[in-house]
Amino acid sequence: MKTARVLGAGVAGLCVAAELVARGCAVTVSDTATQPGPHACSWWAGGMLAPFCEGDTADELVVRLGQTAADWWEGQGVAVTRQGTIVVTLGRDRKELDRFARRTQGHFWLDTDGLTALEPDLAGRFERALHVPAEAHLDPRAALKHLRDRLEQAGVDFVAEPSQADGLTFDCRGLSARDALTDLRGVKGEMVVLRSTDLRLTRPVRLLHPRFPLYVVPRTDGLFMLGATQIESDDRRRSVRSVMELLSAAYALHPSFGEAELVEIGADARPAFPDNLPRITRRGYTIHVNGLFRHGFLLAPALARMAVETAFDGTKPELLHEDHA
Amino acid sequence: MRLYGTEITSRLMLGTAQYPSPAVLADAFQRSGAGIATVSVRREAGAERAGAAFWSLVRELGVTLLPNTAGCHSVKEAVTTAQMARELFDTAWIKLEVIGHADTLQPDPFGLVEAARILTGEGFRVFPYTTEDVVLADRLLDAGCEVLMPWGAPIGTGLGLTNIYGLRTLRAQFSDVPMVVDAGLGLPSHAAMAMEMGFDAVLLNTAVAKAGDPAAMAEGFAHAVQAGRLAWQADPMEPRDMAAPSTPVIGRAFLE
Repeated sequence: MKTARVLGAGVAGLCVAAELVARGCAVTVSDTATQPGPHACSWWAGGMLAPFCEGDTADELVVRLGQTAADWWEGQGVAVTRQGTIVVTLGRDRKELDRFARRTQGHFWLDTDGLTALEPDLAGRFERALHVPAEAHLDPRAALKHLRDRLEQAGVDFVAEPSQADGLTFDCRGLSARDALTDLRGVKGEMVVLRSTDLRLTRPVRLLHPRFPLYVVPRTDGLFMLGATQIESDDRRRSVRSVMELLSAAYALHPSFGEAELVEIGADARPAFPDNLPRITRRGYTIHVNGLFRHGFLLAPALARMAVETAFDGTKPELLHEDHA
Repeated sequence: MRLYGTEITSRLMLGTAQYPSPAVLADAFQRSGAGIATVSVRREAGAERAGAAFWSLVRELGVTLLPNTAGCHSVKEAVTTAQMARELFDTAWIKLEVIGHADTLQPDPFGLVEAARILTGEGFRVFPYTTEDVVLADRLLDAGCEVLMPWGAPIGTGLGLTNIYGLRTLRAQFSDVPMVVDAGLGLPSHAAMAMEMGFDAVLLNTAVAKAGDPAAMAEGFAHAVQAGRLAWQADPMEPRDMAAPSTPVIGRAFLE
């Protein structure tokens, strides 16, 4: 039986482990914490599977590879909500919506009635909106826990310290892999979780704004995740300024958020390469899967598949960087 | 062009914020040949130089760095940020922004002069982000500034030169002072116009960073800056309100 080690049990490590298990491989996953938790930046993710919206600023391959994510997660038994995304702007930023529509695909225009039909609580608040029906979302923490449990049931060994054994290793440690991947950098993201008993949303809503863009992802029990800042820093402090910006934008999106309960404020640094695209880096028997930036849940499935393919089948996927450092 | 004794060859300066990725930012600099990069210190600073990875990418651009105090709303904040910038980037150059209005991001003229005086006193080479106001310009020069950065329009609006009369007056009043039109430019034609009016350089960020193809837009701006500069040096014709045929109209009484 083939064996492999996976370093890191964030979204990248768990997805790689799942692909390895699917190949009948005996897998050991090492992580400083044995359960998914706040030490991994995927814990703080929004959980949007929104390849088309990301295409506003991201490369074409994020749009393309990201389209496979929802099916993959569902195939793992994770609850995926396939209701699309709503994109809106405040009155004075109307042109931002036109620009966004021009630069992205897969969307349909909604007027006030169309928006009300999809999200009744947004009735009368926006003259027009975009609906991106093919997009989806999931609860990232539930997804990580589910995937971990499923892997454990499939015989994957979760340990705190990696074994010293040689052999095939998938290094998915995110920013902790900076010792090996020197051009990795941290891009800070801050998020807020609110609970509102007044407001109901079925799908993620993105509020475009030149200075304070916001997305709101509904979760169960009246919870809403607000995200996320994007600051060139690997600092993990939660700043007052960022939280104020997120809360102000949420309040502008819907005044009901003013009455919401402040449940959580989080921050972490996303691992990114200079082009903000993920990479599979092969060095002997070690394969690095890293640089998922703000696209962890969106791109980890495709990356994992490619990384395992390159290890077992010798394929050269498009995100493969072969170096011999 | 000499700015505080340093020869700068390119008359295009670019900001480093809001690009889709540092790789796109590097492309934009390469294709435009921009000679100066402004860098924001404040947001990225955090604890223990947490923005170091990004700054080292900016350093790799190989251009002169001009740190800025973007987002500072008080004299104290701006001065502290400038001091931090000097330490981080090992330069006395500072683009001084003291924002007076949260919505329009207009400079606070009073705070700007005060901060400029403090910083020049501490040996900084101050590039103040200012309005086109002539009196304010005079005060900034009194405070020790040797370069001025009047706005074209409020930051990030892309409106172009909204007060052409004011900018012309400013240029005419201080013809020896290097001036960089900073902020509000949206299109290469706006940059060309500023250069045609005799400004020494332009600085922009959003127009390039938020374009669908930032590198192409940066190159477009570079051509415009060059075109405008050549036009200024070439002493343009004066516009007139009647047609003047470039070929004589023989045999007609045209001075009727």
